[in-house]
Amino acid sequence: MSTSTETIEQFVNREYQYGFVTDLEADAAPRGLTEDTVRLISSKKGEPEFLLEWRLKAYRYWLTLKEPEWPNVHYPKIDYQNVIYYSAPKQKKDGPKSLADVDPKLLETYKKLGIPLREHEKLAGVAVDAVFDSVSVATTFKGKLKEMGIIFGSFSEAVHEHPELIKKYLGSVVPYTDNYFAALNSAVFSDGSFCYIPKGVKCPMELSTYFRINAADTGQFERTLIVAEEGSTVSYLEGCTAPRRDTNQLHAAVVEIVAMDNASVKYSTVQNWYPGDEMGRGGIYNFVTKRGLCKGASSKISWTQVETGSAITWKYPSVVLKGDNSVGEFYSVALTNNYQQADTGTKMIHIGKNTRSTIISKGISAGRGQNSYRGQVKILKSAANSRNFSQCDSLLLGDKCGAHTFPYIEVKNTSSTVEHEASTSKIGEDQIFYCRQRGLSTQDAINMIVNGYCKEVFRQLPMEFAVEAQKLLGVSLEGSVG
Amino acid sequence: MEMSTIAPILSETKADPFVLSYETLEKSVDASSPPWVRALRHSGNAHFEEVGFPDTSHEEWRFTNVGPISRLNAHAPRAEDLIAATPESISPYLFKSLASTTLVFVNGVLDLALSCLTGLTKGVEVVDLPTAIRQELPWVAAHLGRYARVDENAFVALNGSMIENGVAIRIPANVKVEAPVFILFLSTSQADGATVHSRILIVAGHHSEARVVESHAGLADSAYFSNSVAELVLEEGAKLEHCRLQFERTTAFHVATVQAHQARSSNLTTHSISLGARLARINVTPVLDAEGCECTMNGLYVAEGDQLVDHHTTIHHAKPNCNSHEFYHGILDGKAQGVFNGKIFVRPDAQRTDAKQTNRNLLLSDEATINTKPQLEIFADDVKCTHGATVGQLQDEAIFYLRARGIGLEAARRMLVHAFASSILNRITIDEVRTYLDDQMFDLFERPPA
Repeated sequence: MSTSTETIEQFVNREYQYGFVTDLEADAAPRGLTEDTVRLISSKKGEPEFLLEWRLKAYRYWLTLKEPEWPNVHYPKIDYQNVIYYSAPKQKKDGPKSLADVDPKLLETYKKLGIPLREHEKLAGVAVDAVFDSVSVATTFKGKLKEMGIIFGSFSEAVHEHPELIKKYLGSVVPYTDNYFAALNSAVFSDGSFCYIPKGVKCPMELSTYFRINAADTGQFERTLIVAEEGSTVSYLEGCTAPRRDTNQLHAAVVEIVAMDNASVKYSTVQNWYPGDEMGRGGIYNFVTKRGLCKGASSKISWTQVETGSAITWKYPSVVLKGDNSVGEFYSVALTNNYQQADTGTKMIHIGKNTRSTIISKGISAGRGQNSYRGQVKILKSAANSRNFSQCDSLLLGDKCGAHTFPYIEVKNTSSTVEHEASTSKIGEDQIFYCRQRGLSTQDAINMIVNGYCKEVFRQLPMEFAVEAQKLLGVSLEGSVG
Repeated sequence: MEMSTIAPILSETKADPFVLSYETLEKSVDASSPPWVRALRHSGNAHFEEVGFPDTSHEEWRFTNVGPISRLNAHAPRAEDLIAATPESISPYLFKSLASTTLVFVNGVLDLALSCLTGLTKGVEVVDLPTAIRQELPWVAAHLGRYARVDENAFVALNGSMIENGVAIRIPANVKVEAPVFILFLSTSQADGATVHSRILIVAGHHSEARVVESHAGLADSAYFSNSVAELVLEEGAKLEHCRLQFERTTAFHVATVQAHQARSSNLTTHSISLGARLARINVTPVLDAEGCECTMNGLYVAEGDQLVDHHTTIHHAKPNCNSHEFYHGILDGKAQGVFNGKIFVRPDAQRTDAKQTNRNLLLSDEATINTKPQLEIFADDVKCTHGATVGQLQDEAIFYLRARGIGLEAARRMLVHAFASSILNRITIDEVRTYLDDQMFDLFERPPA
């Protein structure tokens, strides 16, 4: 198969398109992590006492933990004392009041990333809470959302304006004791997004956040909290691109979602952080804890992710189905290229009656990429008449990559049904032959097959993300076959 | 030492009874054993002393707590505790219509009076292990302990440290053995902790063909422990069907490792039928080490009460152009716990591998639990690998179909559970065994209570 070899070579040699650094003066904490660092972050942000206490508890707990070694990923040991835990872009004393006040350099960066912030406000109907490094610099559409009672903005803002909500929900889904990286995040998180949808409100627009890592050697510790009250609906978008770097950057984010009775939350991610060069140097370590709690009856949480970036991706967006009749969904496309490694999947914990979950995972491995699906479906005795369907497929491009599947299925009652299917394959010569017979070029055939392979996931993405995701995969494959 | 953490009841100074057993064996027979056997025992014991019994923090033993085994007062079966094995007492475990070679091992030792060594195809060697070791048969020396390595797990190490009893079978090249060879391992000690480490070695010469049935049972309702290791060696073009039946008492512990090594174009079929034991753990690990191999693995586990049955299968696709098929069904009732972990490894140059794995489970009670983990690890691109696992109930449509034909709900359900088991049993080509097991399934699921 000379054509496919060529595809892979070019695919592998593709340059990272978003590699640039914006030169901004950063207001950074000294390297290293001590209790003082935690206190510094907290005081810089003028946080209330309860939050500092919580951070310190998390920090002390983190000290007792060992970095986990069970994921199927390999990387040099991280020196946690050589990381800058806080950096905020310099801004005018009172902070920007409107887009006009925002540092034009920042806006330029967003433009390069293809996020037309100004245009968004006018055209797209998307409210962007743009996170540049660790502090929010601009929030749009806030006014409109405020009228409906929706709180959407940066985490630090919410800490000041709605401390009671933060106190109530922070750590309620992912406690600081959850795992090594969640504990670390809880201790040093700098900012993130907070979203609160009041009872019965349908959020009229897609909410989105763009995360960027910018200042060199800055660990990015985002914290996102979404609370959907009874009967509310929200769709949340998260997209990431990061500039090119030579040393690895650690990203340990935490996302928590709480859905009350009949609430529905959809969380979509396109992750395209710098994956390292073709020799596997550099790139982002993306160790993320994402979890949703279907607290109320008939609530629904849906995760959709397209993971194409990062040197190492290690995350399992999960749903705890506590309310009766609640629904959890996980749709994922993960692509690993060159020396990228991904260990990703989901956990569906069925507690309530008649709970349902769907898992669709599509892995694509190329170059020397190692792609693992690791998932758990747990049906407790109380979860009568529950249903799970899992499908995890792997596509291998090239003979040096690997695809692995580690599904854990635990069932403790008789009325539930669990199905798990997995397959591993490559693009068959017969499939390409079939397409070519019908007048398609090998190039188009491969594109078509890969797009068809991921279609079930792309269909779940909101419109603008679907386009971006398809482009992302398209760029990876198109123009690669002569 | 491991023992002190697992069993704080025992005083810390007391040595592990499993190690003591080894020391006793070493004193009694080791001096007279050839060096290669001694080396095997020594390395087995050294490895066991190093790793000890696994606990549930070990990924491979996550759901299976072998604490109760480690706490046993392990000892070799003592004459005063034994129930006599007679033709009558063993008859429930024999297939009546099976008129072929039958070897009965009582507490690890070959009982010639109960065995039948006639009807053996010319050239086939069936030797009990003590004889094989004494005579230093070169084919036994060449293969024993080579595939089931002591560093595989603690139980293989333990078995290696106590290697003494069992059987070695060699089918010469180009010989087709028509009648199956039947081996029964019987435990008869009434004392808790009576431990037998049995060993099987089967070497199938090139282009030979044979079928071997290995059965494990017990006569006494005691907490005895049976730890068995089987090594299956298939030379080029050999065809072997290995049928493993586990009918231990529900008071007993049963741990087994089946390690197979396949040469070019060989064809292996293994069946693992597990019905008994309080705790059963069976590892089946074929290595497809040359091109053109076929490997089929079937399994059925049925458990009730507080039984725990755990199957770990690992298929190593080490070379290109091999096929493997795996079908495991489980039926769990009462508070039973089932564990299935099926791994498929495809090595980097094992192109054009076709591997298929299916695990289906039926839960008949809300107290029963199943943990299944079908796992793929693939390092080659031109492969077709699929796996599927389901946990569920009987199909409503199937029940409706039967009810529409006048069959009662309960009868229909029982019929379907039986059919679910039969779909595995039907893959056994030895008619006598299949019929025997099917009768057992009928008794278990369909026979109306008297």
